[in-house]
Amino acid sequence: MTQSPTLSRRSTTSAPAQLRKSKQRGADARAGYTFLLPWLLGFIALTVGPMISSLYLSFTNYNLFEPPKWIGLDNYTTLFQDERFLQSVGVTVGYVVFGTPLKLAAALAVAMLLNSKRRGQGFYRSAFYAPSLIGASVSIAIVWKAMFGDSGPVDQGLSFFGINLGGWVGNPSMTMPMFILLTVWQFGAPMVIFLAGLKQIPNELYEAASMDGAGPVRKFFNITWPMLSPVIFFNLLMETIHAFQIFASAYIISNGEGGPAGSTLFYTLYLYLRGFSDFRMGYASAMAWLLVIVVGIITLIFFRTSKSWVHYSGDAK
Amino acid sequence: MTTMATPTQSAPDASAPVYNPKSESAGAKRAKSLAFHAVALLLTAVVLYPGLWMIASSFKPNSEIGGANTSLWSSNFSFDNFVTAMDGIGGVSTLQFFTNSLVLALGAVVGTILSASVSAYAFARIKFPGRGIFFGMMIATLLLPFHVVIIPQYIIFQQLGLVDTYIPLLIGKFLAADAFFVFLMVQFMRNLPAELDEAARIDGAGHVRIFTSIMLPLMKPALISTSIFSFIWSWNDFLGPLLYLNTPEKYPLPLALRLFVDQTQSSDYGAMIAMSVLALLPVLIFFLIFQRYIVEGVSTQGLKG
Repeated sequence: MTQSPTLSRRSTTSAPAQLRKSKQRGADARAGYTFLLPWLLGFIALTVGPMISSLYLSFTNYNLFEPPKWIGLDNYTTLFQDERFLQSVGVTVGYVVFGTPLKLAAALAVAMLLNSKRRGQGFYRSAFYAPSLIGASVSIAIVWKAMFGDSGPVDQGLSFFGINLGGWVGNPSMTMPMFILLTVWQFGAPMVIFLAGLKQIPNELYEAASMDGAGPVRKFFNITWPMLSPVIFFNLLMETIHAFQIFASAYIISNGEGGPAGSTLFYTLYLYLRGFSDFRMGYASAMAWLLVIVVGIITLIFFRTSKSWVHYSGDAK
Repeated sequence: MTTMATPTQSAPDASAPVYNPKSESAGAKRAKSLAFHAVALLLTAVVLYPGLWMIASSFKPNSEIGGANTSLWSSNFSFDNFVTAMDGIGGVSTLQFFTNSLVLALGAVVGTILSASVSAYAFARIKFPGRGIFFGMMIATLLLPFHVVIIPQYIIFQQLGLVDTYIPLLIGKFLAADAFFVFLMVQFMRNLPAELDEAARIDGAGHVRIFTSIMLPLMKPALISTSIFSFIWSWNDFLGPLLYLNTPEKYPLPLALRLFVDQTQSSDYGAMIAMSVLALLPVLIFFLIFQRYIVEGVSTQGLKG
């Protein structure tokens, strides 16, 4: 009916063929939504719905047992006077800012080392990847705590060199290095991705650069870095977002308290304590929404600045 | 980790000077190769040390863990720690915790495979209005910190009386809530030739037929990667069970470990570490068997470990 004008205009296709096509389109739409149903249900019931409801809760006082009480922006204003909150922001930002670049630098360096046709490459790649698979587990958190504890192997090893730090776990100024080492130890996952990217760089580029007398440093900055920049961008974005969400290791290593002296009070740990120990769910929701906003802004900044340093192949430079 | 074969490397390649146009002497090449292996092996030792330390400590008596004896090997090798660890905690045997972890992980695999493959088929192979928008939203959820949904989700499940059951932990898997797997499968399906479904359509096959008899068999590699990773992620998951499970009889291993840490504190280090080893064992076995799949999956799909 409404389709008839378009039908007549397109003289190349016969009317029955058009009709069949529009019928097909209708069937496709039905099939599309039927197949999409599981995801769509989950998206609405487990993501969009809860997001809206936590936004609402973030403006209320809610303890799970009495109905939520609207308090406007109080949760948000209280947050910025809450010393433990500010401390958790500091801990998390420190971890993200130092841990992520170090981890990625290690990943890139090792990927470049492995990017050659040598025997055993597959073995090394697998061995280096293994920590990424288990690093966030409770088991490894327990091992880390034991290794960096008083007279654990790390303490003993350092004493051998005359450095007496004692246990890192109980020393507020050493807990951050301990967590950074834990994340750097898991350099394998980004390394594997870097390695796949390095293999895509045509060898001729390096050969031509060698003929022009370029050294390894120039080759790195003029070939490797720009050619790899989309992969660097991907790894940087994903690792940064993940770093904000560290939880299990922090919980286990600090016995769920964030100590000593709040030095391991990561953002998500504080959120958990507020929401599920103190049952201040409105307050915790405000924290969660702040995290979403911050991660959103960081993602946006990454994408905005990426234009100046990320080169996609086929780009007219 | 025992497999050292590198299929990408063939014999003639090794002799061809690939990187350096100036041909090097055999001696210089050997020296370079030696230096490479020296560095790589040293790094391997550093990276694997925590794992080796964990395994070695699990066989040591308590007095020697973190004692003056820093060598990995102990002369007092024993299985005592494992015997204690198998006893479990809080009146629940470790075997029970294993069973619970297994039920949750297998449930996660089944749910994810079913829901993610069906949803991915819609995104990759069916044209319908709104597809682009939904796909964009799906990608956005990849970047979303999930902490923003845990509080309302908890409230919902609490009101439905489902706290302390496995339903809150599994329902998301059956609703394709792990967007990463949907994305992985969409990417995989998009690389399959479109002629396949066109030919099937001409033969009169509907979407259900195309999906079950053409797509699913061809998607085997993606389904395997998804199974491996959803198993391991569920096996290691801590926050989910921590939020929803209250009775020790229902605890999976990570929660049991926490209980163990809480109750024994540092008094029985050996047993604690033995239990950590036991909890990681299935993941390590998985890794040894499927390492090629896992590492390839990461390098091609950017999967997180």
